[in-house]
Amino acid sequence: MNITFKMDEPVGSSLLDHTRQNVISRPIDRIEGPLKVAGRARYSAEFKFPGMVHGVLVGSTIPAGTITGINETRARALPGVLAVVTDYETFLRNPGQGLETEAPAQGVREIAYFGQPVALVVAETFEAARNAAGALDIAYAPAEARLDFRALQSEARPKESSQKSQGDLDRAMMDAAASIDAVWTTPSQNSAAMEPHASTALWEGDTLIVYGAYQMLSSDRQQLADALGLAPDKVRIIAHYVGGGFGAKLGISQESVAAALAARALNRPVQVVMTRQQVFEATVRRSETIQRVRLAAGADGRLTGIGHETITANLPDEDFSEPASASTQFLYGGEARRFGNSIVTLNQVLSASMRAPGEAVGMLALEGAMDELAEALDIDPVELRKRNLPPRHPMDDLPFSSRSLAECLDHGASAFGWADRNPRPANRREGEWWIGQGMAAAARSNMLITSSARVTLGTDSRALIETDMTDIGTGTYTILAQIAAEMLGLPVEAIDVHLGDTAFPAAAGSGGSFGAASAGTSVYLACKRLRETLAERIGATPEELVLSEGMARRGNAAKPFSELVTEPLVATATVEPGKTEENFVQAAFGAHFAEVGVHVHTGEIRVRRMHGTFAAGRILNEKTARSQCIGGMVFGIGTALTEELVHDTRLGTIVNHDLAEYHLPVHADVPRIDVVFLEERDHAANPLLAKGIGELGISGAGAAIANAVYNACGMRVRDFPLTLDKLIAHLPDPDAVQP
Amino acid sequence: MHVTLSVNGTEHALDIDPRTTLLDALRDHLDLTGTKKGCDHGQCGACTILLDGKRINSCLTLAVMHEGDAITTVEGLSTPDALSPLQAAFVAHDGYQCGYCTPGQICSATGMLEEIAAGWPSHVTDDLEADPALTREEISERMSGNLCRCSAYPNIVDAIAEVGGAAK
Ligand code: FES
Ligand code: FES
Repeated sequence: MNITFKMDEPVGSSLLDHTRQNVISRPIDRIEGPLKVAGRARYSAEFKFPGMVHGVLVGSTIPAGTITGINETRARALPGVLAVVTDYETFLRNPGQGLETEAPAQGVREIAYFGQPVALVVAETFEAARNAAGALDIAYAPAEARLDFRALQSEARPKESSQKSQGDLDRAMMDAAASIDAVWTTPSQNSAAMEPHASTALWEGDTLIVYGAYQMLSSDRQQLADALGLAPDKVRIIAHYVGGGFGAKLGISQESVAAALAARALNRPVQVVMTRQQVFEATVRRSETIQRVRLAAGADGRLTGIGHETITANLPDEDFSEPASASTQFLYGGEARRFGNSIVTLNQVLSASMRAPGEAVGMLALEGAMDELAEALDIDPVELRKRNLPPRHPMDDLPFSSRSLAECLDHGASAFGWADRNPRPANRREGEWWIGQGMAAAARSNMLITSSARVTLGTDSRALIETDMTDIGTGTYTILAQIAAEMLGLPVEAIDVHLGDTAFPAAAGSGGSFGAASAGTSVYLACKRLRETLAERIGATPEELVLSEGMARRGNAAKPFSELVTEPLVATATVEPGKTEENFVQAAFGAHFAEVGVHVHTGEIRVRRMHGTFAAGRILNEKTARSQCIGGMVFGIGTALTEELVHDTRLGTIVNHDLAEYHLPVHADVPRIDVVFLEERDHAANPLLAKGIGELGISGAGAAIANAVYNACGMRVRDFPLTLDKLIAHLPDPDAVQP
Repeated sequence: MHVTLSVNGTEHALDIDPRTTLLDALRDHLDLTGTKKGCDHGQCGACTILLDGKRINSCLTLAVMHEGDAITTVEGLSTPDALSPLQAAFVAHDGYQCGYCTPGQICSATGMLEEIAAGWPSHVTDDLEADPALTREEISERMSGNLCRCSAYPNIVDAIAEVGGAAK
């Protein structure tokens, strides 16, 4: 039984609202949790095969130029070394972008950035390979490199598809009762998932099997097949567990192709794990941005104009550009509008998607500007936002599929105690600390991506879900089991979930907050099909059918599955995006509130508490959803206060290419975080009536913190991250307000 | 080089390259892959194990230095059917997402609770003479060597606080 469903019309109602099993949405524990806490969940570099050997990548030591020769003599002479694998044409120069189905840029004789992997040294042991990797002598003809983003910003080329405008923004700015026109800058960042990129490659005949740390297996398989000149069905990627991704593992990265080539050359399984430094230097980063935001408003606080223009960077021939204005385009009204991106070509590692590409840094600027506007107009920041919610998309004139933003703002304000905030900056002191509070809206676009799953109802009253969807920490295993349990009237324990293997039906993968809704819908549809069969078998209409406790019921008549299912029942379902994508603005929304302390003498910033109220359609599991939002909000702390990839503008190196110097938030940086979900259903999104939440928590979180810093000490820092060196010279007189 | 490692109560005779870290010995030679490698430089805590009951980063020490030491890894704390109290609390409080930092967090927390019980002060302990209280602040401070990019920190602290019987 194969069915395909296209999301062309809003769905009237969802079976999940009628099945009454009380499983969906419940905060149940992750079903794979015991394996993870016991150290028994296996990640990509944790599979061993007879004869397996280890490869270590060697990166370029110049940022631009050409390789003139590789001398293997010293490396080959070391004990245990088996091969130096180089393939100038086939090795990946850049990692892949998400959802791409063609090979990423290949060819490594030309060097495009410092650390570009150019060779793989393979040895019997990891120790021998690592040692020999340092003994490979590579000669280069260096070329002039483009390394200084700020110096080269005037050479940015506009990205045509991103240019949008309506009305006369310049006029609106001139006529405004209050206006903001300022530039925000955000630094280069790295996803820094805790599991480094890794591939374990082996060949079975002419089929390549890769245990790869990837987020989107079905498109990654196509990228890898294309890179190696194989048919996609000759490539199988397996990723049962992925140690975080946050965008950095959307496309394939260089170790996959290198491991595959080495495994073929040596006829042995080859494992390649990037070092942490290589993850920083050669995988994916979020581009630095320069964002000009303009807001024009009347005295009543209503926006008459809004502009959000962004300069980003990327490698030659790469056209991804952090879409910083993504949510700005529909979040607030205002007749005159202008948006657009331009790209500076740089010899620095690939810019691509990192958690919430666009909103994660775009909302730092937009929501900072809104805070400044609120102050200029003497309107409460929450109220200013509520006054500017457009009834429909301000440019495309489309309705919102669902938008509980005003409700989130109100609920969050009251839960946080916003009414007690002192709106005067640098006016509240406790001991050695200035205390401040800030807020920001949250918004993140919602998407549906084609996704398939197979559900088998066995003769043992158990169901099996199979799809190549991944769980990168997002809770996929658990929510898919909950959907099936709810739909089939079985306990969660009776659902087996097999993910992360391209041998299963192709799923959307984990990215862009679309994973749960897309993969979840495919499971829902397959279960719906199974319900129809069960209904037929007891002579009920699908509407009459009630499934619970492994029994099918119609009125008072009941039959156990064991009688109805004598052969395994299999249904495969595919969901595809359709017209609701064009006919509605779809996004999840929320409101962030933060309280910080700024040290009166040093300018050190400590986040004291955070609150987020979110509405994202049906919440599939309140526990994992809450964790997703907390995770996003902590990313917001890093974005606001600590994270900055520092690129050396002379050598092209990344100065802080490790976890000691690239500062992720740690335990001590993270306070108690409150997360509340408001009840909502989105009928245009998908039959689950759910929207994505994986990136909602980060969108706006850093802005709430920066706005709180202003409220604490009266300093507007528009250059992220807000490190203390940017505050210390201008801190207010500590004695102006007594503690 | 020959070394006999005692891991989770079992002796393993190994013939390994002297450059092998304790972490790689566990993962690559003993197939105990519960201990994770996040940085290989002592910067993330994913490789935390217990050495004679004390928490250490196993990437920062060589296997051949540990002949005769009692090594406990996450696999030694339990089986999936009988989790340790901390492991069960991590599940109940969702003290993880991807799970990659988790064995390190759990081994670290196991060692950390012993350190508090033994009266070791930390950077946030006010009174160096008194027994440190198990507050959220103490837990967060003492766990800051264990990074979690999924940022399950508040839930991890909840899990540890519950097991340690933290003052609310
Ligand atoms: S792997 Fe040992 S501290 Fe990161
Ligand atoms: S659970 Fe993913 S890094 Fe901690």
